[in-house]
Amino acid sequence: MSKQILEKESVVVKFVGDSGDGMQLSGTLFSDAAALAGNDIATFPDYPAEIRAPHNTIAGVSGFQVHIGKETRIIGDKCDVLVAMNPASLRANLKWVDKGATIITDCDAYEEKALEKAGYTSNPLTDGSLSSYCVVAPNITTLAKETALANGLDNKGAERTKNMFCLGMIYYIFNFELDTPFKLLDKRFKGKAHIADVNKKVMQAGFNFAETMEVFASTFQISNVQLEKGRYRNITGNEATAWGLLAAAEKVGKELFLGSYPITPATEILIELAKHKSLGAQVFQAEDEIAGICSAIGASFAGAVACTTTSGPGLSLKTEAIGLAVMTELPLVIVDVQRAGPSTGMPTKSEQSDLNLALFGRNGEAPCIVLAAASPSDCFYKAYNAAKLAMENMTPVILLTDGNTGQGSELFRIPKMTDMLPINPPYATPNDPDFKPYRRDPETLVRQWAVPGMEGLRHRIGGLEKTDVDGLVSTDPQNHAKMVQLRSEKVMRLANRLPKQNVYGNVDADTLIVSWGGTKGAVYTACKEVNNTGKAVAHAHFSQIMPLPYNTAEIFAKYKKILVCELNSGQFANYLRMSLPNFKYEQYNKIQGLPFTVQELVGAINNVINNIK
Amino acid sequence: MGIKPKMGYQAMERSDVPLTQQDFSSDQMVKWCPGCGDHAILSAVAKVFPEIGYKKESFCIVSGIGCSSRFPYYVNTYGFHSIHGRANAVATGVCIANKHLSVWVATGDGDSLAIGGNHFIHVIRRNLDLNIMLFNNKIYGLTKGQYSPTSDMGSVTKTSPYGTIEQPFQVGELVIGAQGTFFARAIDSNPKFITEVMFEAAKHDGTSVVEILQNCVIFNDGTHDLITGKETKDDYQLILRHGEKMLFGKNKEKGIRMRKHGLEVVEIGPNGEGLEKVLVHDMYNPNPGVHLMLAKMFPPHFPIALGVIRSANFPTYELLLQQQIDDCKATSKIKCVDDLLNSGDTWEIE
Repeated sequence: MSKQILEKESVVVKFVGDSGDGMQLSGTLFSDAAALAGNDIATFPDYPAEIRAPHNTIAGVSGFQVHIGKETRIIGDKCDVLVAMNPASLRANLKWVDKGATIITDCDAYEEKALEKAGYTSNPLTDGSLSSYCVVAPNITTLAKETALANGLDNKGAERTKNMFCLGMIYYIFNFELDTPFKLLDKRFKGKAHIADVNKKVMQAGFNFAETMEVFASTFQISNVQLEKGRYRNITGNEATAWGLLAAAEKVGKELFLGSYPITPATEILIELAKHKSLGAQVFQAEDEIAGICSAIGASFAGAVACTTTSGPGLSLKTEAIGLAVMTELPLVIVDVQRAGPSTGMPTKSEQSDLNLALFGRNGEAPCIVLAAASPSDCFYKAYNAAKLAMENMTPVILLTDGNTGQGSELFRIPKMTDMLPINPPYATPNDPDFKPYRRDPETLVRQWAVPGMEGLRHRIGGLEKTDVDGLVSTDPQNHAKMVQLRSEKVMRLANRLPKQNVYGNVDADTLIVSWGGTKGAVYTACKEVNNTGKAVAHAHFSQIMPLPYNTAEIFAKYKKILVCELNSGQFANYLRMSLPNFKYEQYNKIQGLPFTVQELVGAINNVINNIK
Repeated sequence: MGIKPKMGYQAMERSDVPLTQQDFSSDQMVKWCPGCGDHAILSAVAKVFPEIGYKKESFCIVSGIGCSSRFPYYVNTYGFHSIHGRANAVATGVCIANKHLSVWVATGDGDSLAIGGNHFIHVIRRNLDLNIMLFNNKIYGLTKGQYSPTSDMGSVTKTSPYGTIEQPFQVGELVIGAQGTFFARAIDSNPKFITEVMFEAAKHDGTSVVEILQNCVIFNDGTHDLITGKETKDDYQLILRHGEKMLFGKNKEKGIRMRKHGLEVVEIGPNGEGLEKVLVHDMYNPNPGVHLMLAKMFPPHFPIALGVIRSANFPTYELLLQQQIDDCKATSKIKCVDDLLNSGDTWEIE
């Protein structure tokens, strides 16, 4: 067989199988090896809410998608290679596989019962239904077991090495050296040298099998990536968020306090910060979401860099306390890793679900700063910035990320702490005879931070309306009107001190595509594709949601059409209609718990362009 | 001997100058109803803070919502009047973030046992170093007279016109059930005694709960009359003091002793007959058995126990957290965020 080498700019590989098949591990080992081989990467785990759903069923399918190559801003629409460990995972994922793509699957798994559970009436490996794909279906379980048993594993353990056999085959297709995954296995199975060794042997067996049997018609050659010089690592959005918060605390010279309650898909931030007591992180796993935020408010009052992390239902529970932080004008970071709602919704599926809640979900008029992270590595900078803005402006800041961004990973160019922007909170001066709890800077309207323990600054704050300057309890009508206005004005004025909004792509086009938060990669790539076809489109991606960048209206005024793309039914579009009512906004929305695909965005953008008279 | 604690009562910074009640008096008008038991508690606190002797900036009072929760406005300390039920959660953050403060929570039976019940039991379980003053008037006062989780079974209130059909919480039982290390009870009719008990609470490292039986003159007047009444109080109050026999009655003619199935009241004979069987109070006993029985004594069959019922020595949350942080700082290779960013697999792109 003459072997064909496919040269590609990027490739999408998806590992799918039963929840216990080790797909997350396979995906991680592959993406780490790819990154170390100099590729740009983006990954995304796709798993069910159940920990171990029934064996061989569609409900139990767990997956891990890896996009490697040049400029992998998105996790990729469709796969070039699908590794499916059983019939159910093949059936659930076939819609994400392009015709002509490679499918690796384990023919040992295609027993009658498994086919039936997956809903097949005939065996897809033999009935010709997969004829438009390059299907490679060796006896993976048998082959893996042979090697593992020969190296001293018991029957059950041996069966579980089948994912390593597949991985070996995959490394062969991509011409990767096995050194890197071997090192990663040593690390993973530290102290269990024998297990690491057997896994390596099975991986090597898979690699050898692919090479000697020439099972693949083609292998892949990925074009060289031209990344900016520097030191890199792989990072998930939730890790990056945790690290950004730690970085802000170190920069400002304070201790980090996290009050949080476990919730999918935000828990990893809590887990990550709990590891870093050596950096002084005071991590408090609270009894509920409310105690999570209330303890953080207490910590903020007591002078810590305070934050709480959650997802949609948790943000609902925290709303009353966010109002307290607005009223007491204390710095606080609230991270919401959004998931599909309402109510419990789809906990493991992503959605830009909570913008309305972040902007408006409080009693009374309680404005706070709202930011959104664009990608996993951007979570680091946004979390840092959220803490900086919270402290410098004495206000709660809500940072919106989402399940895809939080649990997905990408390459992260490692910054140096010396390059991070300084953070200057408005500390009160001990024994200042003029100190008043609600005296404000005349420019920024920000009050001072007087921390309990400081001499000569004893004062009381709380959720009751307070008099301007003195901060005494008051129900005076004029005072209330003034305080409501001051709290709002404080947030709105910030726009003047924040960076302006940028526009990418063909800035002189007639059409502007607007996106926000975690969809940046998909929308950016779609706009680029449209511009590459000779049509013209501009793209504005928003990370600063409240207040909007000061030049937003100026940008919108340049375009005939504005298309707002978001993973909900139009929350940002409606916010723009309310904030900047002089423009007409068209919408492109998706609410399926899935990210945008580039192709559907290209279609939507072309529709808008084609309709311009 | 033993290692000197790095935090807690012993380690707190003391005021350079002697402080007086004046140092803590607030310029705000006290707006509780005339005759309300809260006034007595306020004056007791104003007396005890200078006695405790910490720097005046070291005191921090956190409250929730309710009549009792207006407390921070009436004392000149750092104060935080938070939201309904959340005082204990807010105070938790204050304690963890700043270990050099003396944190006091002012809360009520509605605030801490109904809407904030979850935070109340968990703060106790964790043994954070704070002092909870729980004003128990068995009624919702600020919303004008609805029954609370401590209202006696059958209480007729605005929301229970035919009497309540719920068993009330007994605060002491709840505290000890939640692994509480300190529980004391006082009564608003005796401010001097409140001061005494509060001082003990301050000295205890860990969560101390002081239940103050407090009379709401408007909506639940006389709820504690049997205990406070001139005629009856000697028979229904057992003042506990560590190391002393549990005696009560006008002439200390009655005592508490242990029988097979629990405590019982015993009459002491004219020549001291039966005195040897009367229990001696050991508030430091780590075993909560007798403490729980004492906390659950109620009239008419028993006197109510007042004073420090339990003060057991267990490490505080803050101490354990600081030990972990210190250990990690000493052993971890990651000393700063730059170390963290460069930890694990990283590579250079030229």
